Amino acid sequence: MSPEMSADTVSNAGNTPDVEQPWAELGLKPDEYQRIRDILDRRPTSCELAMYSVMWSEHCSYKSSKVHLRRFGEIPQETPAGKMLAGIGENAGVIDIGEGYAVTFKVESHNHPSYIEPYQGAATGVGGIVRDILAMGARPVAVMDPLRFGPLHADDTKRVLPGVVSGIGGYGNSLGLPNVGGEVVFDPTYLGNPLVNALCVGVMRHEDLHLANATGVGNRIILYGAKTGGDGIGGVSVLASETFAEGGPTKRPAVQVGDPFMEKLLIECTLELFAANVVEGIQDLGGAGLSCATSELASAGEGGMYVSLDKVPLRDASLAPEEILMSESQERMMAVVTPDNVEAFLKICAKWDVQADVIGEVTNTGRLQIDWHGERVVDVPPRTVAHEGPVYERPYERPAWQDELQADGAEKLPRATTGAELRDTLLTLVASPNLCDKSWVTDQYDRYVLGNSVLAQPEDSGMIRVDETSGLGVAVSTDCNGRFAKLDPYTGAKLALAESYRNVATTGARPAAVTDCLNFGSPEDPAVMWQFAEAIRGLVDGCIELGIPVTGGNVSFYNQTGETPILPTPVVGVLGVIDDVSRRTPIGFTAEMEGHQLYLLGETEEELSGSEWANVVHGHLGGRPPAVDLAAEQQLADILINASRDGLIDAAHDVSDGGVAQTLVESALRGGVGARVWAPDGLDPFLFLFAESAGRAVVAVPRTEEVRFTDMCTARRFPHVKIGVITGDSLDVQDQFEVSLTELRTAWTQTLPAALN
Amino acid sequence: MKIGVVTFPGSLDDADARRAAAVAGAEPVALWHADADLHGVDAVVLPGGFSYGDYLRAGAISRFAPVMETIISKAGEGLPVLGICNGFQVLCESHLLPGALIKNHHRKFLCKDQPLRIENNRTAWTSDYDSNHEITIVVKNQDGSFVADEPTLDRLEGEGLVVARYLGVNPNGSYRDIAGITNARGNVVGLMPHPEHCVETLTGPTTDGLGFFTSVLKAVVAS
Repeated sequence: MSPEMSADTVSNAGNTPDVEQPWAELGLKPDEYQRIRDILDRRPTSCELAMYSVMWSEHCSYKSSKVHLRRFGEIPQETPAGKMLAGIGENAGVIDIGEGYAVTFKVESHNHPSYIEPYQGAATGVGGIVRDILAMGARPVAVMDPLRFGPLHADDTKRVLPGVVSGIGGYGNSLGLPNVGGEVVFDPTYLGNPLVNALCVGVMRHEDLHLANATGVGNRIILYGAKTGGDGIGGVSVLASETFAEGGPTKRPAVQVGDPFMEKLLIECTLELFAANVVEGIQDLGGAGLSCATSELASAGEGGMYVSLDKVPLRDASLAPEEILMSESQERMMAVVTPDNVEAFLKICAKWDVQADVIGEVTNTGRLQIDWHGERVVDVPPRTVAHEGPVYERPYERPAWQDELQADGAEKLPRATTGAELRDTLLTLVASPNLCDKSWVTDQYDRYVLGNSVLAQPEDSGMIRVDETSGLGVAVSTDCNGRFAKLDPYTGAKLALAESYRNVATTGARPAAVTDCLNFGSPEDPAVMWQFAEAIRGLVDGCIELGIPVTGGNVSFYNQTGETPILPTPVVGVLGVIDDVSRRTPIGFTAEMEGHQLYLLGETEEELSGSEWANVVHGHLGGRPPAVDLAAEQQLADILINASRDGLIDAAHDVSDGGVAQTLVESALRGGVGARVWAPDGLDPFLFLFAESAGRAVVAVPRTEEVRFTDMCTARRFPHVKIGVITGDSLDVQDQFEVSLTELRTAWTQTLPAALN
Repeated sequence: MKIGVVTFPGSLDDADARRAAAVAGAEPVALWHADADLHGVDAVVLPGGFSYGDYLRAGAISRFAPVMETIISKAGEGLPVLGICNGFQVLCESHLLPGALIKNHHRKFLCKDQPLRIENNRTAWTSDYDSNHEITIVVKNQDGSFVADEPTLDRLEGEGLVVARYLGVNPNGSYRDIAGITNARGNVVGLMPHPEHCVETLTGPTTDGLGFFTSVLKAVVAS
C-alpha cells in the first residue's frame, strides 16, 4: 500500500463543505450534485461522489427511459407457458415452463466498449449477461448475439467485426455455452456505433430461484471470483488521481478485460453453492462493480450493510478506494451467507480454486457504510444510490422530416419485370451483406457443446432441449429491422416483436415471453426520444395483444456519431416453449421431402418500403413499413405450432428480409434440395418474390397430409396458397427463370469471406 | 462396463462425453482432476474444453493433475483412453502420444461438420468402424493443428497409427490431414474432432460418433 494515499473521509467531508469537487467531469448535472448534498446533508466524500455519479449515470439509472419503461408494467404478467416468477428489476426475468422447470433469459448491450476495443468489449458483454443469468440461480445453457455493423466494405468494419466475433467466440466457447442464434446486420448508421447485444438463456428448477437481496442482520457479505483490478474504471480515474501524489498511476483502461476460464469456474462453483443451499442472496458484479452490488443488495434487503474495502482482494495494491468501488473487473460475484454457512461456502470455492473473502455484513443501520484503512469513506442510504436517482421526462417530438420520409415510398421505384431481370435481382439480393450466408461469423461459435442444441443458426430460432427424458425445450429468436423502425418506430417495434414471435412459432414452439434491448441515439435529441417513446408504445401494445409479457431487458442510448443517430433498433427477443423438441420444424428442404407441397401462409401486399430490395437495388429508405396485424400473427403461430405437433409439415421458414425469394433460397440451400414454384394467381411475380409483408411463412407439406393441412387453414379462415413443390437441384420460378443451387450457393456464400478474409 | 470422464477446471464437453457413454450403453462415471482414484472404470475419456484456461499451452498443466498420474500409469497397462480435442492435447503433453497441437493455420476458432476417414479400425476405440469408413462428425477448435517432425509423421503412417484423416478441406492445417492417432498398442487414441457431439440425431449432425463408444465397450468385454 502506498504511503501517499489518503482518503476523503466522512468526517473530513463534514469539516470541509466548500471543497471543489469534480462532479461535472463525472457527468453529474448541477442539480444532481446539489441533490446528493441534500440527501447527505453535507458534501459527499470522493468515494460517495464516485458511487452516485456512476449509479446515477444513464447506463445504470435508466433516468431518461424510466418513465417510458414503466409502461411495460401495464402488460399482464402471466405467460402462455406459465407464471412469471421474476420480472423487470431482477437480474433477469424468470418464467415457469412446466415440469418443475423455470427458464430465465435476458439481452443486454455492450455497444460502446465493443467499438473502442472490439474483442474485449464483446467478450465481456457475453460474460456480463451470463453472470446475470447465473445470479438468478440458473445454469446458463445458451447464448446468442444480435450484431450490427457499418457497411461491410468500410475499413472500420474490418477492424470491428472480426474483433467482435472473435471476442464472442473466444469467451462463449471457453465457457462451454452453445451459441444458437443472433443476427448480423449492416447499415451505414452503425459505422461509428456498432451494436453488440448479448442474450443468455438459463434453466433451473423452481426451488433454485435466487434473488438479489441482503437480508438477515449479521449475515456475511462474501466477494468471490477474480481479484479486483484497475480495469473498467474509466472516467472515475478523475477522482482517483486526486488521491495520488504526482507521478502516480492515473490512467486506467476504460474497457474491462475478460478471463473466461475464471468465469467457467465461477459458474460451476456458484451452481455448487446453490446446490449446497449456502446462499441467501446473490448479485453479480457488472457495471459500476462494488458500488452497484453493495447498494442494490442492501436496498433490496434489510437496508443496511457494512463493508471493509481492506478485505477486498486486489490485483493492484495501489488502487484508491474510489477505484476499488468503481472497478468493473470481470468474473466477480457477491453473496449473502449466514455465519454458520460461511465455512461450507469457502470450502466449495476452494474446491474450484475460486478466491472468496468475507468483506462485510448485513446491518440494521439503514445505511451503506464502507471503511477503508480503518476510516469511514462511505455512509449513505443505499436506496438513494441504487433506486432513487434522478428521473427525467425528456422532451420528445415527432421530427419534422418524418412526414417527408414517409411520403417517399419505395413502391414507386422501378422494378424488375422480365424473367431475366428478376433472376438478376434475386442473385444480387442473396449476395447482399444483410441476406448473404453468415457462417463466416457463426462457424466461429461452438453450437454443439452441452449436447442439447436442437436447432441453431441459420434456423428460424435457436432451440435447446431442457429435459432429456420428456423432450421439454425452449426456443429463442432475436429480431429487429431498424429501417422499418426509422420509417415508423411504433410499427417498427411491433414488426420486430411480430418477427421474433413468428420465428419462434415457425420452429414449433409456443411464444411465451419477451426480452428487449433498446438501442437508440441520444435521449437529449427530442426526435430520438420520440422514436424511443413510440417504440415502447409499440412493444407495450404488441405484447398486450399477443398476451406475452416483457420480462426484462436493457436500454442503450447515445448510439450516435456526431449529430447522426443509429437507426432506432429495438431488438426483441422472444422465448417460446415446446413440449417435445423432437417435433421441432427445421427450415431446410431435404431429399426426404422431395415432392412435398409448398404453401405460402398469409397475405402478400404491395409492401416494398424499407425492404432489402429497396435498400440494395436502389439505396432507398422511405415510405411506410409493412402493416402489422398481430391477430393474424397469432393465427399463423397457432397453425405452425399445431401443424408441427400433428406432423402436418416437415419444414417451415418465416418470410421477412428479402421476401419469399430469400425464404426459398435459404430453405433450399439449407437442405440441399431445390423447388419449382409459381406466383399465385393475381400476384405480380416481383411482389411474390420480393415484397416484405409481415405475417407470412412458407411450409412444406407431405402430399399425404395436404388435405388435413389445408382443412386446418380453411377452418381458421387463414390465407394459404400453394406456390410450388420441393424438387430438383435448382430454384425454378415457372414462366420466369431458373437458377441452380450451385449458382445460388456461390452467390450466397462468397460475400463475407471475400470482404473479411 | 464403466467409462470414466475426467473433469479438469475448464473442461467443457465432459457432460457430452458422459451422455455419449450412456447412449452407447455404458455407465458413465465422473472423475475429478484432483482425485487420483479412477473408481474402477474400464476406460477413460479426456474431454474437450480449455482445461486450466489453456494457460501456458493447451493441455500443458492438465498433464500434472493427480488423476493424470494414474491414467498415464494405467494406460501403460492397456487401459483404453480416448482424448478428444483438449484431451488429445493432454495426451500429447503427457507423451502418451507423439506430436503436438498448435493454433489453427487460419488463426480462428472453427466449428463445422467435418468428413473424416477412419484409417485404423483396430484400436480399442474404432473397432466398430469399417476399414476406411467415411464418417462426418463435429470439429471445433482453436488449437487443432496436429504437427510432428517428418520422421514421426512417417513412422505414424508407416506403422498404421493414423486413426482418422480429414477429408475435403483441412479445417486447421494439420500435417498430412491427420485428425487422430493411436499408440502402438491401440488403447490410447487422440482425436481432434468430437464424436461425443454426434450420438443423437436430435442434437448432432449425424450419429457417426457413437462407434467410438460402442467400440470400447466391445474391447473391454473382449479383454
